[in-house]
Amino acid sequence: MPYAIEMKHIRKEFPGIIANDDINLQVEEGEIHALFGENGAGKSTLMNVLFGLYQPDEGEIYVHGKKVRIADPNDANRLGIGMVHQHFMLVEKFTVAENIILGREPTIHGRLDMTKAVKIVSDLSEKYGLDVDPMKKVEDITVGMQQRVEILKTLYRGSDILIFDEPTAVLTPLEIKELIDIMKRLVKEGKSIILITHKLKEIFEACDRCTVIRRGKIIGTIGIGETNPSDLADMMVGRKVNVRINNAPYEPKEKVLEIRDLTVLDSRKVKAVNQLNLTVHGGEIMGIAGVDGNGQTELVEAIAGLRKVKEGAIEINGNDVTNHKTRKIIEAGLGYIPEDRQKHGLVLDFSIGENMVLQTYYKKPYAFAGVLNNKVISKKAKQLIHEYDVRTPGEKTLARSLSGGNQQKVIVAREVDRSPQLLVAAQPTRGLDIGAIEFIHGKLLEEKEKGKAVLLVSFELDEILHLSDRIAVIFEGRIIDIVNPKETNENELGLLMAGRKKEEAQA
Amino acid sequence: MSKMLSKIQWMKLLVPIVSVVLGLLCGAIIMVAAGYNPLLAYGSIVQSIFLQPYYTGETIRAMIPLVLSGLAVAFAFRTGLFNIGVEGQLLVGWFASVAAAIVFEGLPKVILLPLCIIAGGAAGGIWGFLPGFLKARFKVHEVISTIMMNYIALYTTSYLIKNFLYTEGERTPTIPSAASLASPTLANLTQGSRLHWGFIVAILAAVAMWFILWKTTRGYELRAVGFSPDASKYAGMNVSRNIILSMTISGIFAGLSGAMEGLGTYQYMMINSTFTGIGFNGIAVALLGLNTPVGVILAGALFAGLQTGGLTMQSVAGVPVELIQIVIALIIFFVGSSYVIKWALLRFSMRGHKN
Repeated sequence: MPYAIEMKHIRKEFPGIIANDDINLQVEEGEIHALFGENGAGKSTLMNVLFGLYQPDEGEIYVHGKKVRIADPNDANRLGIGMVHQHFMLVEKFTVAENIILGREPTIHGRLDMTKAVKIVSDLSEKYGLDVDPMKKVEDITVGMQQRVEILKTLYRGSDILIFDEPTAVLTPLEIKELIDIMKRLVKEGKSIILITHKLKEIFEACDRCTVIRRGKIIGTIGIGETNPSDLADMMVGRKVNVRINNAPYEPKEKVLEIRDLTVLDSRKVKAVNQLNLTVHGGEIMGIAGVDGNGQTELVEAIAGLRKVKEGAIEINGNDVTNHKTRKIIEAGLGYIPEDRQKHGLVLDFSIGENMVLQTYYKKPYAFAGVLNNKVISKKAKQLIHEYDVRTPGEKTLARSLSGGNQQKVIVAREVDRSPQLLVAAQPTRGLDIGAIEFIHGKLLEEKEKGKAVLLVSFELDEILHLSDRIAVIFEGRIIDIVNPKETNENELGLLMAGRKKEEAQA
Repeated sequence: MSKMLSKIQWMKLLVPIVSVVLGLLCGAIIMVAAGYNPLLAYGSIVQSIFLQPYYTGETIRAMIPLVLSGLAVAFAFRTGLFNIGVEGQLLVGWFASVAAAIVFEGLPKVILLPLCIIAGGAAGGIWGFLPGFLKARFKVHEVISTIMMNYIALYTTSYLIKNFLYTEGERTPTIPSAASLASPTLANLTQGSRLHWGFIVAILAAVAMWFILWKTTRGYELRAVGFSPDASKYAGMNVSRNIILSMTISGIFAGLSGAMEGLGTYQYMMINSTFTGIGFNGIAVALLGLNTPVGVILAGALFAGLQTGGLTMQSVAGVPVELIQIVIALIIFFVGSSYVIKWALLRFSMRGHKN
């Protein structure tokens, strides 16, 4: 039987970089095939070639055994190739059904036939088990459902080969599980799937075979049954990966962060944080575990002075900083790795050097009497780039042009170098590859060992379990329990996160 | 990698140059279609600006308010704001400088002249501060409020002149010479053009813009807020204060632009029934100059040259002077469609690369 997709000797060059170098990829009919590699390895380039967004410099593409030329996404669609993009391409103000039929609308006497459209969508969603509400507006539905709409869009256009570009980056653990079920169901219905990912767990849960790509080259294709996570990780990174765990002794020092009866409202004026109490000591990593939307974001923003505290108090190093200005709080000893690194952590159109002094630019030695000392800033940036292994041509490069992992390294370098007493890290490794995750985990542990207090907020339970000295479970804006990571497991945490009390969870 | 960067920077520089060439070319086509000789027309512009001192002087004279207006737009733009209100800020600056000169008549020049210039800048600054404040405090979009402020400025200055400083000829009295930027030396040098000392103010303003934005901590903040208000807020900067400050500084540049007209070119202020257009041309100057101080000076020189030299086009080549406005409009059009030009340049350079 011919392959669903066969790509032979694909080469794609960009000015200064060979993104794909002599790549061969074979995807069998009816399989889930993982394309696995670090950020910037060339996975997305290869898939964009397959989807007609890029033209390869060399190489051939076969679809169901027939040689094809894919000049644009329309060609790809005609050949039955559909792509679910990482960043959704939906019209927010349109309904689910309107979004799905957009570009190929069913008509009646030259007018849009909405009744038929809704029926088509309902039928499709039933056939493939993709639960959506056709009449709802896209802006009102969850991220998970938006993704299902994207999948339905490709199915509506008759795709039988689906490319998923890092689909789980935006999903909660529960939604990831649902997505994997959906993919398995699609394959059962005769579709073939290519899954672009850098997450090992997903590969082992969902895929049949896996092709590893590193620095634009294929390292190998392997059946999932014949390998294990640690080997695959080594294959991707090209060296032994060292999974860091927190095994330094737990010796808590004095209180650094104390939160008392904190109440914070969210943007809709609903209590997102409700009478929350929490204490973090020097020399410990306090993990906050919880399902997205239980007040983590608001808690962190309140600590950083970015959101008004309605009631209660926050103290850093014994100083009351409740409702102080962000700059005051930073000066009181806060380091902050924000959740959204591109929007909140960096000024993307500033150089790396300028980003390295985003909170300290007005202080000596970076400035004197209101005039910047660009030489000192430049020198500092070079030093940090070296120390934190930021992969870049130099400190004058714009932050925008760095990969996600390197952007995060810039932020971590800046925050850690200021040596704050309290380091708040919100989703510090989201979307990063194994190499970068390893590096950032190492830095968080170093801070703990230096006696600093670290507050780690993460949706990745593995991360929380590996790094924390204590885990505070947040549910509906309160800390409902604090557990010892050595005496708990993912299941128990999962139940706590769903709001069950410990006794119930153990029963 | 660095090679690629320089290529992108080259591309950035090429866009305005290509735009100017295309604008002139299309203007030539229109002239041919209308039965004029474009070579003669453009030749007369070049000849007059470079060989006739009067036109050289007038070109530099016209540059002064254009450059200051361009700096005003560019400064705001660099900090993420779109100041359409340069025209209004220019009018109040013009009025304030002339009014100060008349009210404080009798003061010695060393005091009166700086005072009048400061008055013009301050009035423009206030006119920029208001929309900045409205944006920072009530999220009123600056494009809307500055357009409104333009009209308020136009009619308020007219009202004030009519009721308090009126003299024969629908204008204010002429300012005392102690407040004047005009210079007999410069006039003699340029066969009686209206060239005045304001060009020094324009150059200082360009240096000031560069220094503030790229050399001071305040400028660092302004640019950070312009690129990313969110990240700036997270880094502990006061976004509202920076918006207000940026609009105020932008307004000061615009106010100075008006003061140059009042203290230099005209020595009075007339009752304007419509806008001067200088403030709006400032937007085009900033755009063509890529919002950089040097670029603004170059673009200001080009526009001033076309406008001044355009006058000779009529007498020498018989081409109606309005045609030069079409050429200017075409240049702006091509700068605006820079995406197409970049795309074409990229195509062109890639083909060259392969062969």
